[in-house]
Amino acid sequence: MATLLEMRDITKEFPGVKALDRVNLKVEEGEIHALVGENGAGKSTLMKVLSGVYPHGSYSGDILYDGEVQSFRGIRDSESRGIIIIHQELALIPLLSVAENIFMGNERAKRGIIDWRRTEMRAADLLARVGLKESPKATVADLGLGKQQLVEIAKALSKDVRLLILDEPTSSLNEQDSDKLLALLAELRKQGVTSILISHKLNEIRQVADTITVLRDGGAVARLDCKDGISEDDIIRDMVGRSLNDRYPERDPQIRDEVAMEVTGWTVHHPVQTDRVVVRDVSFHVRHGEVVGIAGLMGAGRTELAMSLFGRSYGRDISGTAKINGHVADLSTVRSAINAGLAYATEDRKTYGLVLDETIRRNVPLAKLDAVADGVVVNGAREAEVAERYRGRLNIKSSSIEQETVNLSGGNQQKVVLSKWLFADPDVLILDEPTRGIDVGAKFEIYTVIRDLAASGKAIIVISSEMPELLGITDRLYVMNEGRFVGEMPTAEASQEKIMARIIKSGDRVQ
Amino acid sequence: MSQIVDETADRPAGEQARASWRFLKGHLREYGILFALIAIMAFFQVATGGILLKPVNLTNLVLQNSYIVIMAVGMLLVIVAGHIDLSVGSVLGFIGALAAVMIVNWDVPYPVAAVVCLAAGAVIGMAQGFWIAYFRIPSFIVTLAGMLVFKGLTLWLLAGQSVGPFPPQFQLISSGFLPDLFAMEGFNLMSFLIGLAVAVGLTLLALRNRAAQAKTGAPEEPFAFFAAKTAIVFIGITWMSWLMADFRGLPNVFIVMALLIAIYSFVTSRTTTGRRIYAIGGNEKAAMLSGINAKRLTFLTFANMGMLAALAGLVFAARLNTATPKAGATFELDVIAAVFIGGASMAGGVGTVVGAVIGAFIMGVMNNGMSILGIGIDYQQVIKGLVLLAAVIFDVMNKKKG
Repeated sequence: MATLLEMRDITKEFPGVKALDRVNLKVEEGEIHALVGENGAGKSTLMKVLSGVYPHGSYSGDILYDGEVQSFRGIRDSESRGIIIIHQELALIPLLSVAENIFMGNERAKRGIIDWRRTEMRAADLLARVGLKESPKATVADLGLGKQQLVEIAKALSKDVRLLILDEPTSSLNEQDSDKLLALLAELRKQGVTSILISHKLNEIRQVADTITVLRDGGAVARLDCKDGISEDDIIRDMVGRSLNDRYPERDPQIRDEVAMEVTGWTVHHPVQTDRVVVRDVSFHVRHGEVVGIAGLMGAGRTELAMSLFGRSYGRDISGTAKINGHVADLSTVRSAINAGLAYATEDRKTYGLVLDETIRRNVPLAKLDAVADGVVVNGAREAEVAERYRGRLNIKSSSIEQETVNLSGGNQQKVVLSKWLFADPDVLILDEPTRGIDVGAKFEIYTVIRDLAASGKAIIVISSEMPELLGITDRLYVMNEGRFVGEMPTAEASQEKIMARIIKSGDRVQ
Repeated sequence: MSQIVDETADRPAGEQARASWRFLKGHLREYGILFALIAIMAFFQVATGGILLKPVNLTNLVLQNSYIVIMAVGMLLVIVAGHIDLSVGSVLGFIGALAAVMIVNWDVPYPVAAVVCLAAGAVIGMAQGFWIAYFRIPSFIVTLAGMLVFKGLTLWLLAGQSVGPFPPQFQLISSGFLPDLFAMEGFNLMSFLIGLAVAVGLTLLALRNRAAQAKTGAPEEPFAFFAAKTAIVFIGITWMSWLMADFRGLPNVFIVMALLIAIYSFVTSRTTTGRRIYAIGGNEKAAMLSGINAKRLTFLTFANMGMLAALAGLVFAARLNTATPKAGATFELDVIAAVFIGGASMAGGVGTVVGAVIGAFIMGVMNNGMSILGIGIDYQQVIKGLVLLAAVIFDVMNKKKG
């Protein structure tokens, strides 16, 4: 195999930080090369250097592509050589059709007039190639995330891609869609397309990657060949520079007898299509000191369940009863839900969790601002003290509490969201995908916080799509599928296979 | 208060200056606007041969801009909350007309009429805020409709005629001055003393804040910078009140304005309500999921804006001594420009009351200065437009760099 890409001694500095320090990356033609590392290790920066987002001259070192030294001045330059990046946040325009999106900026046109027939025919070819059975005329917004991801790949293929870079492509996909995507990458490999895959999901990397480069603190610390049979633990050791004997903290659950929250017959309708039932007759309970998980595939209705409980933030025609500490709780508004002792930390911290342009200090007390105020006047000193306390307790890595949360890494942002809810001091805390998109080290810290909260008598509900995580940190599991709870089991007796079996069986019954 | 522990005060002078410069460069966004106002005033003071800061002109300047400043305070809240209000100019005109019809045509006692007008303004704000907050109709459209509606209602109310004059007591709102208890000849000592007291008060407040900062951690501003800033504010206020005292003293409107600025500064920066308005402007969804009643706050923000527009309407009508169908046309643009020049963000969540007020005065000083210089209204518009653009470009560039 020939070497397609070689990045030599790439160094990129930002004021005060060396983001990349003499990084070497070598990618062979026709392989799937995985790039792993904790958040902030420099993966995205390296890919921005490669694609010309940081133009030639703003970094030192050489990019050899196709045997020639390249000096890309922008994305257009790198795209013209067949290097295409698909970012985590997809760059599709939701209200345009699949075909229009595929040829966006690259229209099939004659003298500025679009040839729709050719556009749609070519689009149909490309869709067939990525295995997406949708009409080229379908509106992108109507497709699920998994299908949108495939549209992005079709778009890349339309540009005669040779080196496809995917940044966390499966982070918001469910297991089936992820598998489909990985299979497609393997298929493209056969057709000669080289890929660089950035991912936190080590099992997926092991599934498809040929070679792995591990970045840590701006340097490439290891290059692993997958033929040698490496384990996830090997990769983790290189990523964090220490061995994580256990990815989950030791726990010694002390579950009390008192039920903290009990929900019976909870049913929620879709906010727009009101005849659609999103959550159907769900009943569950959680005890003080207990960590309960809700497993299920993407779209099972877990977030909808949580948000409908939390101040009716989702859905309409909600029925059922919810008791907290034995009393029927008023959950009609977010405020009353918080007062009743419920908290919900969202899965989407940027959209629903943080006021990004504001500082840590201002975000932490937001859910219980009255507690840092004398009457209506905010007490600055007390506010700072609270923010400082949680910054220390959750180990939020930041220059100070005055740092704006937009500049924090994903893991630290998540810790700010958690701080906010810890300060609100709920009895029942619902955590929705608490570790999505954050690195291994920060995950461990968050698991530890969850454990300590439970130990202090709080009731915790964890919603997660990563089954190993649920198996690692919970005491009891509910399985949700298509809006219903289809199984309950103690975590000690649970396994990924058992959970999947419940999901699949319940699906059969519906059909 | 007397003993302020301040480590940075002991550093040598050269280092102080460098640290201050660095700090200024890092915080250009916050202070740039104040320096811009000082620079613009200095420029026109020289260019007009000293006319700009003549006591009579300075007093005029305050009177001319009072209604813009009053509305800018309310608009700041609206814009921080992530909205816009295009109707304020028309509401100002409508309330002026309402006041004129009540007082002049129907002989309603003017205090009653004033209260009714303020209430009417609040109701107008609520009517618009209701659709914006609870039905999520874009504020641009609701208030654009409001602009047309109230422009029309003004015409209808006045039947296309100007209505006036107002009784002399009503005119005092904008032409009256603070009485001088000391009754000195040619100098309003009372006004000067009030100005001095405010200057001293602000200085003490600044010292107290810095002492509190020193207690919880190192103060962010270098000492030299803090000292210079406090001194400029002290001297500025004392000097301005001296100048105005030398004419006829502090205008009544000025007192109203100063109180509004003080109250709204406090509300936005120190109270939970203010904090929550910034939060909903910064990220409404996150704010709602933190238990903040975003709808009610948005509604109240517009109600408040309506009330302030009504107050501005009374001030404007009293100043013109008549209500005309054209009153208030395009004022909304001046008000919105002032808020953006003052550093607020179109996207919401960012901006300060003091910034908006300074923005209003930048526009006001330029209007006044250019008129004194005899620059035609055509060029004035062009220059004002370019200043607005430059201010926002500066702001955006600065944000990118930081």
